[in-house]
Amino acid sequence: MELMTGPTGVPARTTPGRAPAAAPPDEEPLLRLRGISKHFGAVQALYGVDLDLPRAKVTALCGDNGAGKSVLTKTIAGIHAADHGQIFWEGRPVTIRTPNDSSALGIETVYQDLALADNLDIVQNMFLGRERVSGIFLNEDSMERAAAETLAELRVTTVRSIRQPVATLSGGQRQAVAVAKAVMWNSKLVMLDEPTAALGVAQTRMVLDLIKRLKDRGLAVMVISHNLNDVFEVADRVAVLRLGRMVAQADTSTLDRESVVDYMTTGVSSRVVQGPASQRSEA
Amino acid sequence: MSGPGAPDLATDLTAAVDAVPPPVIAQTMGEYWRTWLARVRGGDAGALPVVVALLAVTIVFTILSPNHVFLSPENLVNLFDQSAVFIVLAFGMGFVLLLGDIDLSIGYVAAIGGIVTAQLVQPTPNVPWPLAILAGLAVCALIGLLQGSLVTRLRMPAFVVTLAGYLIWFGVMILLLGTAGGVGVTGSQANQQAIYGLVYGYIDPLIAWIGLVVIVAAFATVLWRRDAGRRRSGLVAPPLGLTIAKIVLVAIAGIIVVAICNVNRGRDLPIVGVPYVIPVVLLVLLAWTVLLERMQFGRHVYATGGNTEAARRAGINVTTVRTMAFVLCSMTGGIAGIIYCSQLGGMTTNINGGQLVLYAVAAAVIGGTSLFGGRGRAMDGLLGGLVIGAIYNGLYLLGLPIQWQLIITGLVLLAAVSVDSLSRKSSAHA
Ligand SMILES: Nc1ncnc2c1ncn2[C@@H]1O[C@H](COP(=O)(O)OP(=O)(O)OP(=O)(O)O)[C@@H](O)[C@H]1O
Ligand SMILES: [Mg+2]
Repeated sequence: MELMTGPTGVPARTTPGRAPAAAPPDEEPLLRLRGISKHFGAVQALYGVDLDLPRAKVTALCGDNGAGKSVLTKTIAGIHAADHGQIFWEGRPVTIRTPNDSSALGIETVYQDLALADNLDIVQNMFLGRERVSGIFLNEDSMERAAAETLAELRVTTVRSIRQPVATLSGGQRQAVAVAKAVMWNSKLVMLDEPTAALGVAQTRMVLDLIKRLKDRGLAVMVISHNLNDVFEVADRVAVLRLGRMVAQADTSTLDRESVVDYMTTGVSSRVVQGPASQRSEA
Repeated sequence: MSGPGAPDLATDLTAAVDAVPPPVIAQTMGEYWRTWLARVRGGDAGALPVVVALLAVTIVFTILSPNHVFLSPENLVNLFDQSAVFIVLAFGMGFVLLLGDIDLSIGYVAAIGGIVTAQLVQPTPNVPWPLAILAGLAVCALIGLLQGSLVTRLRMPAFVVTLAGYLIWFGVMILLLGTAGGVGVTGSQANQQAIYGLVYGYIDPLIAWIGLVVIVAAFATVLWRRDAGRRRSGLVAPPLGLTIAKIVLVAIAGIIVVAICNVNRGRDLPIVGVPYVIPVVLLVLLAWTVLLERMQFGRHVYATGGNTEAARRAGINVTTVRTMAFVLCSMTGGIAGIIYCSQLGGMTTNINGGQLVLYAVAAAVIGGTSLFGGRGRAMDGLLGGLVIGAIYNGLYLLGLPIQWQLIITGLVLLAAVSVDSLSRKSSAHA
């Protein structure tokens, strides 16, 4: 794939109009963002961001606090509509304006704040907004079975009952439910916003293993993490956001911790041979 | 595949168990009982406060009332009739409370529903009573749509919108009643009699018993089939004993109510039978319980009340859900207004819509509905409404002057809300 050619990064802003056909169809990433901008009032959160998320690969999205990682995730998830830019899904241009748009495409998101309703139980949360009905009534039995299957598949076996309210779960269990909720829909892309931030060692391991299993199933995975150990363990590719700009996008094998930190903090890295990201270092 | 470190999570569970509601994890009655006790100690008492309140109020007023008249069949039927208004108001208020909103206008909206219906069954225009009721409810639903739209589309606080509504519908109520200052339903036409008969018409004792058997049998069948089916297929299900206990409890409550109503309570002419208002209230309870707990809309109401942002991200149209909650609130208020109209024999400008709002909120909250959204059931309105009805009725029996009635009712409301706040606080600390 063209993205795998080295740590050259994908030049942001310079190619907003590039035709998707430029890439051979079999190398077309599942999701391709071009020139995505987003502002909130006076705050410009994203400046012409380009991002490719290929199938069967884990892409880590790194960046300091406030870099725009969550905003980018929410833009893909349809929580915020982008101001400018194009989104290509399997090579076709698409518009994503609502959460339903993105889930219809096969995009599932684990949000940084998890977005679980504490007063509802695990099954109810996992099927929220997509409840199974028979006639006009909820089909609780069918939903409970499917939720139990997914949790077993993910080996989330420690919840005492899947009918307990989410409020009664531990942080790790809540995280597991949020992840299970995202993976049970036969989705093609799963985005996880800091899925291990609040987790202990064992729980972090569980989520990292899960991410690898998703990748093995052929899903595209985007994971946001501040923990570079985790990033280098699971990610095939790393994309670095800094102050709303995509400053680097490269194969993990061509980077090391220091270079990622350099990109996050200064937008450039001297450790990388010829990073076009330096073009934007004045920003 | 290699096993992840998931079993380590087990340690978290010991902490979580205390907070799990009983039907969820308990497999035996003993276990159920222990979990329930743990939960009460943890601050989430469920139906316990309202049952205790009901018992306490009953005992106090039975002792204090002259000749212990509080427990006489005559007074108890009276109490059911009075409670019906508070119960149905609380059903309505429940919808907006579940979203963490409030509807201060419900008292006067209810009054307008009653007045529209009462005016339509007057000799002119003599509209058939079912149509008159539908018209009254439609007017209330429209008011709810208007208020709900202001809250959701213009993002005005529900408190302010419905406070304005409180004044506006109070004014409209006076306008509707005109110079006469009232409208009655005690006339002799069939249509007026139908409205009046809601509270003062009685079901034949034999038919009431047959009806009770049918209702309990239906309830038992539905509950039994659901729970047994879930137990068979290994899904989370309440213990067998709990299913039986629920059925027995409903049967006993039904038998007590029908037995009380079937005692002759007339002084000169015999008066026996279950007032029609009781099955009407139960029908509303059934409808709103099914809507909230067995249908997609209800699930979305709970989700929106529990975490609006999560609901929105799940693709739920939270604007529609909230608007519909206001519509259902006002419409259910209309049902209460029609019952009130029947109970009073008509509507006058003396209706105190402010007090009705307080009773509605108090009934729902005493029943266990949270003011903070996300927690509550239609059943809460029934139990809480009975408590409020009993207090209202008992204070009247004691002949306490109005100022004391007001003060005591206010204190009861505060007590109910403090239970809600405390249980929320302790569950947040869990
Ligand atoms: N809903 C919003 N309204 C206004 N500004 C917002 C909103 N969401 C994000 N922002 C702003 O956009 C910028 C990027 O925020 P974002 O949440 O994407 O950061 P992040 O990279 O996820 O950081 P963190 O690592 O702390 O999660 C910040 O300056 C933030 O204040
Ligand atoms: Mg973030």
